[in-house]
Amino acid sequence: MLAALQRARSVLLGLLGLAVLAAVWDLYKAFGPDDGVRVGDRLLVLPRASDLAMPHTWEVVQRLGEPVTSLPGAGSTLGAVVDASLFTLAIATRGFVIGVVVGLVLALLMSRVRIVESALLPWIVLSQTVPLIALAPLVKRWGSEFDRLGYIWTNEQSVAVIAAYLAFFPVAVGALRGLKSAEATHLDLMRAYGLGWWRTLFTLRLPSSVPFLLPALRLGAASAVIGTVVAEVSIGLRGGIGRMIIEYAQSASSDPAKPWAPILGAVAVGLVAAGVVGLIGLLLRPYRTAEATR
Amino acid sequence: MTDLSKTPEKTAQKTAEQATDQAGPAPFGTPAAITVTGVDRVFGKRKREVVALSAVDLTVAAGEFVSLIGPSGCGKSTLLRLVADLDQPSGGTIAVFDKSAEQARLDQDYGIAFQQAGLLPWRTVAANVELPLKLHGAGSAERKARVAELLDLVGLTDFAKSRPDQLSGGMQQRVAIARALAEQPRLLLMDEPFGALDEITRERLQAELVRICRETGAAVLFVTHSIPEAVFLSDRVVVMTPRPGRITDVVTVPETLRARTDATRDHADFLHTVAAVRAALHGGHEPAEDLA
Repeated sequence: MLAALQRARSVLLGLLGLAVLAAVWDLYKAFGPDDGVRVGDRLLVLPRASDLAMPHTWEVVQRLGEPVTSLPGAGSTLGAVVDASLFTLAIATRGFVIGVVVGLVLALLMSRVRIVESALLPWIVLSQTVPLIALAPLVKRWGSEFDRLGYIWTNEQSVAVIAAYLAFFPVAVGALRGLKSAEATHLDLMRAYGLGWWRTLFTLRLPSSVPFLLPALRLGAASAVIGTVVAEVSIGLRGGIGRMIIEYAQSASSDPAKPWAPILGAVAVGLVAAGVVGLIGLLLRPYRTAEATR
Repeated sequence: MTDLSKTPEKTAQKTAEQATDQAGPAPFGTPAAITVTGVDRVFGKRKREVVALSAVDLTVAAGEFVSLIGPSGCGKSTLLRLVADLDQPSGGTIAVFDKSAEQARLDQDYGIAFQQAGLLPWRTVAANVELPLKLHGAGSAERKARVAELLDLVGLTDFAKSRPDQLSGGMQQRVAIARALAEQPRLLLMDEPFGALDEITRERLQAELVRICRETGAAVLFVTHSIPEAVFLSDRVVVMTPRPGRITDVVTVPETLRARTDATRDHADFLHTVAAVRAALHGGHEPAEDLA
């Protein structure tokens, strides 16, 4: 009963947050100067509130229900955005799964052998400083090498790999921390029971890593979505949200509400990704007791 | 490892002596639970060297209750960890039931309990007690029966399905003791198991431990800070001093105190023995053996 009330309360608070955001937007639009607020001549500190730069929130919603273009037979914007979102979500999921597997394997290796940790960890941190835009053509080029082996490497795969490249990092770091978090008493106990590394891993280390792993998965999922959207642009893959953002932005001057549609789609994909990790957290709830007690 | 092969003969001799010395519950010829011979343990290297244990000899007969007492840093926990094969000695040999410490660990010859209960927070109380049985391949019917028996023994049957964080410190420690007893070990190693508990809970658990030891007949090596606790529970109290950690005195608890009831704590001999252990701890020369 209490739990149901609490859940209803958090849903209401979430909706309230959305309403507040929309209200702030439209209030600023109503009272903000059309040319924005500048410090000196150039530095824009508050955005322009003109209809072109900042459509009303209801216009953005309304635009979703209208056809994509004025051409006869054009589908609804909402339908196009949903299709693109599903496309992006599918690739992001692939990237997330690859990233989680790679991240977990790396964390296992690093927690098993200390030399591997000192050898790998700096490179793993360094890997995240490489800009995605520099990476995209490389991944595409290397992937094409598989074509020679008779395996067709698609642009979708390139995008998934780049998403994985972003997603593996928080998972590797978080899982490593988690795998090392087992208490000394517990480790002594496992040794007293005569357990080897593998059985200690499943009996103790993996369960006690869960409180560290879940936030890492949450970050990883968000990274996978961002990685997919950005990589779609830099690889030049059609059909997803990334490309749609670029395409719709071109009609911003004539149809200012349109570019916001794919952005809402990207937000929706991010929410779905966060929701999936939330479900994983529910499944692992027995192992989250340490979060509550510490 | 090679010189370990010689130890069984030595141990057998020592056991015979021990059994006559001690007149403890062990019948003649039963191997000693623990035989520690000339053990050193040095931590660190070169200039940072710390001698945790130096030339330690100790025999614990089967069924005997021996406490290790001493100030922090005297190596009592280190000694217990060596016996448990959680750590290896720098020199000397350790035999547990005539086997190497490692073999005894792999054979699950001992049960162990620490100062922290060390229950796995994601398992229920019953699942925690069941853990060693499950890990060593006991059948599910057998496990269920044994867990019920053990929870009854420590009086926590009603809490079988609770999670450890729902239990008080004393209750958690009782679960840990039940877990240590799960595989009916002939030897219990306890590292300050009641150290973090309040005095009232402590005395209740001591009484419970006395009862459990009587029922199981297990030998116990018990590390503690508390002199009355050591005197109340033990057949012998081993007094250790730090820098380097070594055994300076062994106080045998008089027969008159072996009933181990509440009245024991008020017995005149109890106070005398406590004084003798205290004197030994402070490096005094009060003749402890006279009291025995």
